[in-house]
Amino acid sequence: MSQTPKIQLIDVHKSFGAKTVLDGITVDIAPSESFVIIGGSGTGKSVTLKCILGLMRPEQGRILVDGLDVVGMRPREREEVLRKFGMLFQGAALFDSLKVWENVAFGLIQGHKMERRKAKDKAVEKLYAVGLGADVGELYPAELSGGMQKRVGLARAIATEPEIIFFDEPTTGLDPIMADVINDLIVKCVKELGATAVSITHDMHSARKISDRMAMLHRGRLVWVGRTAEVDQSDNPFVDQFIHGRAEGPIKMELRR
Amino acid sequence: MNFLAPIGAFFLSFLRHTGRLINFCGIALSHCVRPPIYPRLILRQMIEIGYFSLPVVGLTAIFTGMVLALQSHTGFARFSAEGAVATVVVISITRELGPVLAGLMVAGRIGAAMAAEIGTMRVTEQVDALVTLATNPFKYLVAPRIIAGFITLPMLVLVADIIGVFGGFVVGAYKLGYNPATYLHSTWEYLKPLDVISGLVKASVFGFIIALMGCYHGYHSKGGAQGVGQATTNAVVSSSILILTLNYVLTALFFDK
Ligand SMILES: Nc1ncnc2c1ncn2[C@@H]1O[C@H](COP(=O)(O)OP(=O)(O)OP(=O)(O)O)[C@@H](O)[C@H]1O
Ligand SMILES: [Mg+2]
Repeated sequence: MSQTPKIQLIDVHKSFGAKTVLDGITVDIAPSESFVIIGGSGTGKSVTLKCILGLMRPEQGRILVDGLDVVGMRPREREEVLRKFGMLFQGAALFDSLKVWENVAFGLIQGHKMERRKAKDKAVEKLYAVGLGADVGELYPAELSGGMQKRVGLARAIATEPEIIFFDEPTTGLDPIMADVINDLIVKCVKELGATAVSITHDMHSARKISDRMAMLHRGRLVWVGRTAEVDQSDNPFVDQFIHGRAEGPIKMELRR
Repeated sequence: MNFLAPIGAFFLSFLRHTGRLINFCGIALSHCVRPPIYPRLILRQMIEIGYFSLPVVGLTAIFTGMVLALQSHTGFARFSAEGAVATVVVISITRELGPVLAGLMVAGRIGAAMAAEIGTMRVTEQVDALVTLATNPFKYLVAPRIIAGFITLPMLVLVADIIGVFGGFVVGAYKLGYNPATYLHSTWEYLKPLDVISGLVKASVFGFIIALMGCYHGYHSKGGAQGVGQATTNAVVSSSILILTLNYVLTALFFDK
């Protein structure tokens, strides 16, 4: 192995009550790599990201960020580790008591102690990058459409130019053109800022465009991990069914029990 | 034997909740005394708790003072002790009714609002978003509210004391026909500093309890709108009960010699 992986999951297990969601996830994600997780709805993709961020605690297994075990870390140390991260939540999770620009600038002001005026300029710049004007910055999140909220969430995730960025379904709810703008933005974050990106998506077009490697999550396990270029020749029935969107195959939907 | 099971389950859940509350309280207090502190956020909460509660608390206080004068006048007339009305009004208000009634009013107004706001932030993942932006929710959400509750409620109660005594004076002087100068004189004459101070100390404790219960129930709410509603109810009920209980304990500590 040439260099230490940026993120390393070793046999991670997570369950809610009797329901097992993650059943032994093991994967290495290299620095400056764009990694995409695909998989059916409710298979635990969002839970995986939350475990890495420490928002949920896995019952078993180790999670290393830059070689440092983050499971059960003390709050103060975790805060230091979290400074490296940016996260776009599936539901955007904007602070509804703050204006849009304050949302985007939040990490800069609170986490990096930047002064408000400078942070605002930076926030406006990031809003432009996701296709929103400075006037949107003065609105409150409740006044935005779903797709606009998603883009503000994206701007907030990249505002501090973090080393590691998680995107939970960055293009859902966007029109195809805007979705492609966002894809380009994610690629740019990885290429220009050298960030490590982990994205979750159901949109195969987007997945192919933004990822270097992909993994498929099914029943709490990664059933396939490989380079994006090889996804069509994976010979994996799960992957084949998923990327072609077929109802018939080894993945059984609950309703067809 | 089956009827014992619910009792045991109730007892266990009671212990679990108490432990969780004590733990929450400990973490919250440690964040209240450790820098960084956010003066802007504390000020915003103080305005919310103090200034915007003034009408409600003022109305409560003035009518309480009025009714107190009326009741003690008619009651004391039975053994010709009408001279004690002014003293009874001022002592009852400063020692008991000011802090308790203001506490209960603020619990309904502010405790509920805190639980609803933090609860909504919890269920819409805004609390998680805060964590990923390297900001501790205890530091940013809980500590400012607790500090503000602790220092604002005494101020509010001092105002309520004055308004309540004034209400008693108005009824005494203009309805019951006491000489205004004599009434005011006997208001002052028997009032001891401890009467007022004990009331203000109670107010501080109640302010702390209201903010603590609002934050605690909001922070631990789960589910959607229903969970937030439940958290709001729990916050108001538990802080009201704690206010009444602690009121007795504090009274005993101050005056039971
Ligand atoms: N806080 C929680 N409490 C209990 N169960 C949970 C919780 N969060 C997630 N789950 C369960 O974990 C499973 C995986 O959830 P997760 O949100 O990771 O799905 P997902 O793969 O992101 O799906 P989608 O593509 O629809 O977003 C779901 O079945 C869900 O019921
Ligand atoms: Mg998800």
